[in-house]
Amino acid sequence: MTTLPAPLPTFDASTIRKRSGERNITLYAGLTLFALIVLAAVFAPLLTSADPLQQNLLQARLAPGSPGHLLGTDDLGRDVLSRILYGARVDLRVGVLAVVTPLVIGSILGLLCGWWGRWFDTIVMRLVDIVVAFPFYVLVIALVFALGQGTKSIYIAISAVGWVAYCRIVRGQVLVAKEQEYALAARASGLPTWRILLRHLLPNVILQAIVYAMSDIVLSILAIVTLSYLGLGVAPPSPEWGSMIAEGQNSLLTQWYLATIPGLCVVVVGLALALIADGLVNQFNKR
Amino acid sequence: MQYALYVVRRLLTLVPVLLGITFVVFLLLKLIPGDPAVTLLGVHATPASVAELHRQMGLDKPLYQQYLSFLGHALQGNLGVSYQYRGVSVSSLVFGNLAPTLWLIVVGMFFAIVITVPLAMISANKPGSATDGAVRAIPLIGIGLPSFWVGVMLILLLGLKVKILPVSGFGDGFTGHVQHIILPALTIALAQLPILIRSLRASMLEVLVSDYIVTAKAKGLSRSRVMFGHALRNAGVASVTVLGVNLAYLIGSTVAVEKVFALNGVGFEMYNAILGRDLPVVQAITLIFAVLVVMVNLLTDLAHAALDPRVRLG
Repeated sequence: MTTLPAPLPTFDASTIRKRSGERNITLYAGLTLFALIVLAAVFAPLLTSADPLQQNLLQARLAPGSPGHLLGTDDLGRDVLSRILYGARVDLRVGVLAVVTPLVIGSILGLLCGWWGRWFDTIVMRLVDIVVAFPFYVLVIALVFALGQGTKSIYIAISAVGWVAYCRIVRGQVLVAKEQEYALAARASGLPTWRILLRHLLPNVILQAIVYAMSDIVLSILAIVTLSYLGLGVAPPSPEWGSMIAEGQNSLLTQWYLATIPGLCVVVVGLALALIADGLVNQFNKR
Repeated sequence: MQYALYVVRRLLTLVPVLLGITFVVFLLLKLIPGDPAVTLLGVHATPASVAELHRQMGLDKPLYQQYLSFLGHALQGNLGVSYQYRGVSVSSLVFGNLAPTLWLIVVGMFFAIVITVPLAMISANKPGSATDGAVRAIPLIGIGLPSFWVGVMLILLLGLKVKILPVSGFGDGFTGHVQHIILPALTIALAQLPILIRSLRASMLEVLVSDYIVTAKAKGLSRSRVMFGHALRNAGVASVTVLGVNLAYLIGSTVAVEKVFALNGVGFEMYNAILGRDLPVVQAITLIFAVLVVMVNLLTDLAHAALDPRVRLG
């Protein structure tokens, strides 16, 4: 049958290029870049004194590099740099938090499916088949439409769709792990099931789910940006990258940078998380 | 015979999936806060008229009966009536806009393959080289690319700065369609590149160390003959599945991309329906997109089984 689109591979031979003992540059580069982005978002008020919502029509449409406005101003005279920084707060927070619930629910279901099998596995796998039959964006858009615009709906919609990938990954890992000696030994020594699952199997099967979570954060940020671009995400005038692109598209000829900069920000966040995911794979393969 | 059995088995798996899909789409109505009848009639509607509309819409019946009647209507191609354009049937609205979306998907997939194959081949030909490094950087940069933003950038560069291609609408006639579809299709293709390049490169590297490639090299075949004639054929078969899954992803991104280019396809219709709070249209389009994905997956699996006997034996 089908598998979910994995924007990044999990464990493939081609990514092993570090010999053991070598520093994991990819991982550190990714972590540094991501930390810088998070710090910039957290300390936005220190980095810019401009209010992201403050309109000033006299200072509208200033080009990047204008005094006091490093990245210029938009059609309403709002400072672009401050909107980017405050927008990062929204996109990163929602993007990261939206992945937590699917990671937890999907991993638990995957554990149980792989361990129990039988009717439970059959039912959950049929559910998985149904969810993956919908194109990701279409189902998320339809759910947010039904639930109403806003971040709460985004969390629910992404959770309702996102658990599937974790469930499949963890289930597959458990199917292999439960036949291994340490799992058989734990069973033979009569440990309670929950203890075998949580203390023995989970630590061994969760790594791949965590690697996937890195690219899943990118996916959920892309979903938020797309929803906001379509007018279903974070409500204006709150600064948000997707709605900034939508506003910038209206003045593409005169101020190309308004639509360009927020998109570049998404790309840089994606790059940081992709490096972390690759670095994690290297780290695990080294062991 | 064996293949026919596989086809029958595969077709039977469609039944629960299609039932599930229709049920999820049906449930969208129930997710919406508030009473749909009140939404349609306005807040000043009398209780009697609300009850009357409930009866007309079948909302006074139990949930399973409502679902069965939804399913029955859907099977007859009756997907309800648009809220936004009173009296217009949803199916005429949606199917009338299917052509640009199908164009977009087919041409987008074509561009994606045409760009992916040479890049992955060059990269797998000399792993570790500078070219390989450059190709491997594409997925890292590309993973965070919002597809609609790629579209906006293409409009900026190829439509407005260098005015070589039209940037909105679907044009007239075959040539018009071709001209208008290039930028949106390229947008969709570029957004797919990271995943496609990664997977084809990985399966090429895997195939290139197998015994039959060594034999082919030992026979003294030329490098290009080995790469294209032998390796790509096998690596390509493995990538067919990835391609199918990506097509599902690609279909999803048409909503935002069609909005960027004001391409009047099904995705753009979904955007309009969202703006107009037009639930039946959103439901119908969600259903059609899902059915499209199921069909694509079916064809992918059947193609895969036809190309690779191991699949149908499994």
